[in-house]
Amino acid sequence: MMFDIPLLSLVIWLPILGGIAVLLNGDNVFTRPLSLIVSIATLYFSFGLYTGFDNATHEMQFVEHLPWIATYGIHYSLGIDGFSMPLIILTTFSTIVVVIAAWEVIQDRISQYMAAFLIMSGLMIAVFAALDVILFYVFFEAMLIPLFLVIGIWGGPNRVYATIKFFLYTFFGSVFLLIALLYLRYVSGSFAILDFHTVALTLQEQIWLFLAFLIAFAVKVPMWPVHTWLPDAHVEAPTGGSVILAAITLKIGGYGLLRFALPITPDAAMTLDWFVIALSLTAIVYIGFVALVQADLKKLIAYSSIAHMGFVTLGLFVVFGIFENSATGSGAVLAVEGAMVQMVSHGFIAAAMFLCVGVLYDRMHTREISAYGGVINTMPLFAGFSVFFAMANAGLPGTSGFVGEFMVILASFQANFWYAFLAATTLILGAAYSLWMVKRVVFGEVSNDNVAALEDLNQREFWLLTVLALIVLIIGLWPAPLIDVMHSSVEHLLTQVSQSKL
Amino acid sequence: MEVLNENLLLTLVLAPLFGSVIAGLFGKKIGEKASHTVTILGVAVAFILSVWVFKQVIFDGASYNDRVYQWLQAGSLSIEVGFMVDSLTAMMLVVVTFVSLMVHIYTIGYMQGDDGYSRFFSYISLFTFSMLMLVMANNFMQLFFGWEAVGLVSYLLIGFWSKKPTAIYASLKAFLVNRVGDFGFLLGIAGVLMYAGSLDYLEVFAQSRVTATQSMSIWPGSEWSAITVICILLFIGAMGKSAQVPLHVWLPDSMEGPTPISALIHAATMVTAGIFMVARMSPMFELSEAALSFVMVIGAITALFMGFLGLIQNDIKRVIAYSTLSQLGYMTVALGASAYAAGIFHLMTHAFFKALLFLGAGSVIMALHHEQDIRKMGGLKKYMPITYWTGLIGSLALIGFPGFAGFFSKDAIIEAVHASTIAGSDFAYFAVLSGVFITALYSFRLFFIVFHGEERFEQHDGHMPHESPKVVTVPLVLLAIPSVLAGFLIGPMVFGHFFADAIYVSSEHDVLSQLNYHGVLGFLMHGFVAPPFWLAMAGLGTAYYFYMVNPSIPAKLHQSFNWLYRVMENKYGFDRFNEVVFAGGARAIGRVLWKAGDLAVIDGVVVNGAAKTIGLVSKTVRRVQSGYLYAYAFAMIVGLLVLLKYFVA
Repeated sequence: MMFDIPLLSLVIWLPILGGIAVLLNGDNVFTRPLSLIVSIATLYFSFGLYTGFDNATHEMQFVEHLPWIATYGIHYSLGIDGFSMPLIILTTFSTIVVVIAAWEVIQDRISQYMAAFLIMSGLMIAVFAALDVILFYVFFEAMLIPLFLVIGIWGGPNRVYATIKFFLYTFFGSVFLLIALLYLRYVSGSFAILDFHTVALTLQEQIWLFLAFLIAFAVKVPMWPVHTWLPDAHVEAPTGGSVILAAITLKIGGYGLLRFALPITPDAAMTLDWFVIALSLTAIVYIGFVALVQADLKKLIAYSSIAHMGFVTLGLFVVFGIFENSATGSGAVLAVEGAMVQMVSHGFIAAAMFLCVGVLYDRMHTREISAYGGVINTMPLFAGFSVFFAMANAGLPGTSGFVGEFMVILASFQANFWYAFLAATTLILGAAYSLWMVKRVVFGEVSNDNVAALEDLNQREFWLLTVLALIVLIIGLWPAPLIDVMHSSVEHLLTQVSQSKL
Repeated sequence: MEVLNENLLLTLVLAPLFGSVIAGLFGKKIGEKASHTVTILGVAVAFILSVWVFKQVIFDGASYNDRVYQWLQAGSLSIEVGFMVDSLTAMMLVVVTFVSLMVHIYTIGYMQGDDGYSRFFSYISLFTFSMLMLVMANNFMQLFFGWEAVGLVSYLLIGFWSKKPTAIYASLKAFLVNRVGDFGFLLGIAGVLMYAGSLDYLEVFAQSRVTATQSMSIWPGSEWSAITVICILLFIGAMGKSAQVPLHVWLPDSMEGPTPISALIHAATMVTAGIFMVARMSPMFELSEAALSFVMVIGAITALFMGFLGLIQNDIKRVIAYSTLSQLGYMTVALGASAYAAGIFHLMTHAFFKALLFLGAGSVIMALHHEQDIRKMGGLKKYMPITYWTGLIGSLALIGFPGFAGFFSKDAIIEAVHASTIAGSDFAYFAVLSGVFITALYSFRLFFIVFHGEERFEQHDGHMPHESPKVVTVPLVLLAIPSVLAGFLIGPMVFGHFFADAIYVSSEHDVLSQLNYHGVLGFLMHGFVAPPFWLAMAGLGTAYYFYMVNPSIPAKLHQSFNWLYRVMENKYGFDRFNEVVFAGGARAIGRVLWKAGDLAVIDGVVVNGAAKTIGLVSKTVRRVQSGYLYAYAFAMIVGLLVLLKYFVA
């Protein structure tokens, strides 16, 4: 290492301090290059977390442990495992996407915009890396502030409503989380998340705690029926906000269930798995139908996100049913790893789809599907990317969108035929809403003068989408490297959930 | 046993992909000529290597079954990308690459001057790659990859002329209907994994006897044989891809795509993927008679009822499309009768003569400046001799005239179904036998109306239609050759041990071995006295009388059986039903769930209601102006400290 700074702290604080620097520098010619340099440097350093990662252990790696508020026993405690590492790299990558996507598009208060995203990225990485619950909670809440600001300042006409709704939902969830965490501190005498994993709890305690976790993280995922903030937030958010919202913020929900709900309250998770599975399947089927009838491009993709995240929660909670039906348990590994792959994959695909909508919106300032038609005639390159990402969204094999869904559906069958049956309807519904959208927007004769005047992708947009397309393809064709980093952590998690705490 | 060279197989698969990528990404830069050259070279390499592989597998007893790379590992489960090459694969390789090569060459003539020339070549090469991945797979994941990849290319090619509303409608329809099939297919694969613990073909087959003893409970209180459920689910995938009733609705509409792909994808290769898949899975299907019966009945319905619809179509391509549906039904019936070899043999002969017929139709369409209505054709024999004679060969092969390729394969199927005793075989025998008459009738109706009789076409600038260029006619001639000769392979392929290493038939279902086969000449001679021949001749004669001698009869029939025509013109109402019930129903459900569920109940009552009750909305709205975010941050920290104090101190 060039610097004598621990890597995780570097990856967290570099974008935060960089963001502050961008803010102080103000709006000038340096704003954009400086933001880009900070985000690229962060990605570069976060790769060190991958290259230095030891796949063979489930133990936390790159651990940092310093006293923070010594009187209360609160520590600045960081570490990553096979769950958090991929999500951190997804975060650092997405930040670059957002910076580049904003390059010419955002003209108003550019330094604040860039700073908000850089700071947010550091905070989100900290959420994934925190091993102390207070540290986790502080970052968990703090990361929302830049997001509120982004929607509130650069958002659409209805941004106030969207922000309040988002705030209400989140606040509702956070309260329960905080209470649960403090109760666990009370029982375990520690603020370390890993100590929570081993603390003994009665079933009744577990159920209350589990429900608290579920509420807090279900809002983030978002799971049906606490999902209605997401379409509004997406519609009002600027493109970058949507990208981060879809790519990272939702993942914090899935991550929270993995890190807290499953290992801390395994017996409650087992008792209530049917409930979470029911909600997940509702998300996949119900939301699939709702996505079909959306007239607004961003709403459609937002609903599609909810349906896709349904696979994450489904994959995490079918493991109990699989344990009942099969001795080997490799189905359970498939389910959890499928859920993780789905999170990472959705990060890239949803980001790309929101960027595509951004490309159209920047040119025509409308997200109504009916305002488009025949875009392929004036924007052939863009049309190619749209079809590609729509196909990835519909889970076409060879793209990353296939891998997670395939794994989760195959695993769900081992828990219950009907789980797999309902989950597999995404093959039809996902294709229907994705491709019907493409048909109405991209194909056909040029529908009006605005479409006739469209200009195809510029260099910046082209390369941004190209890189995303390549990643989606590579994960689709060879998911093994991504999955290999998770094995030890997944095995460990499954051991934790299969051992009763009672 | 000799093992095939892995690099050779990789080259075989990747050569078309290479051509596709070059033409697709750099088509504009390198120009049309370079685009078609690179793609044709890629497919030519694949064809030559396929012939070499075929020679090695069939004559030298070589084979291959190994992984190329590990796709993923989860627990003890390893999912891989790998190849399995045996007699079945080797035959498919030759058929796919040969037809693909012919179509590539033909496309030079057909797509001349089209804006998307390079893109078209890129797509058809990509298709060839996908199809090769499908037939060479040694596991279910890769099979599914190839399965969906050919579906993707089919989608792209049906909607190739993206300005045409009918084309983009048809492409979406094709993809979605196929996805309904894939829905079943994927569940079948999930079942395979659950009961066999692996996705590798050989491991699954080895486990299938155990699976056959297991049962699963779909509804509480009902026990289903696991293997039956799995086989039927897998077959639902085949119903989508191979267009079996009721998932056939996409194939006629797929004719909106350019004609070369109708020949390649929607007649010769992709639509036979379902047939191939069931034959490949014969060790599983053989264990479930219920599944076999299901397969047979679906195939019989398709063979008969889709043939009827061919009788009243006036679009040259749609007539052939319904013929394809009907012939796919024949192949499916053969599978159900456990006469896998006969089904695969018909797949092969059909690939040649149906590609020939489609390309011939394309040649006619070009000559008439993209006219597809047969009522505006007629008398083309003297203007287009090569198209005429190759068309005649194709038609004779299709109706099963003794000596032509289709005769051998179709007769083998009919005989096999006759010998079959499983449930549904009587109906199937009736269907395939009557189908012979129908096939001859629609085939020669088309043939006479297009090539004989009065000239009803419009002249363009005073020019008469003329024969197509060499790039078009040479593929026609090259396809005509196997359309005549391929049938003579019946001895080894259907009644011999050609597929012994690939297809498993349990002894109680082995109908083919019950047939008296005494050499190809005996089979041929017997053909002249068997009922199918007379039915075919009757069909041909009826066509001649109706459309050459006394054309007023069809019109009269139309009047007296108007209701029947209406039913058939509406294609038995499948399209309308799907549009109203499935497409309309899905949108209606979506609207209700969105408006009533999301907007009214969740947002209207719960979210906004809760917010109003607490009076938060008005307060927060006011605070937005004064920066409620800071208040939020402040409240969060204060709350945290208070709670900390309470719990910790």
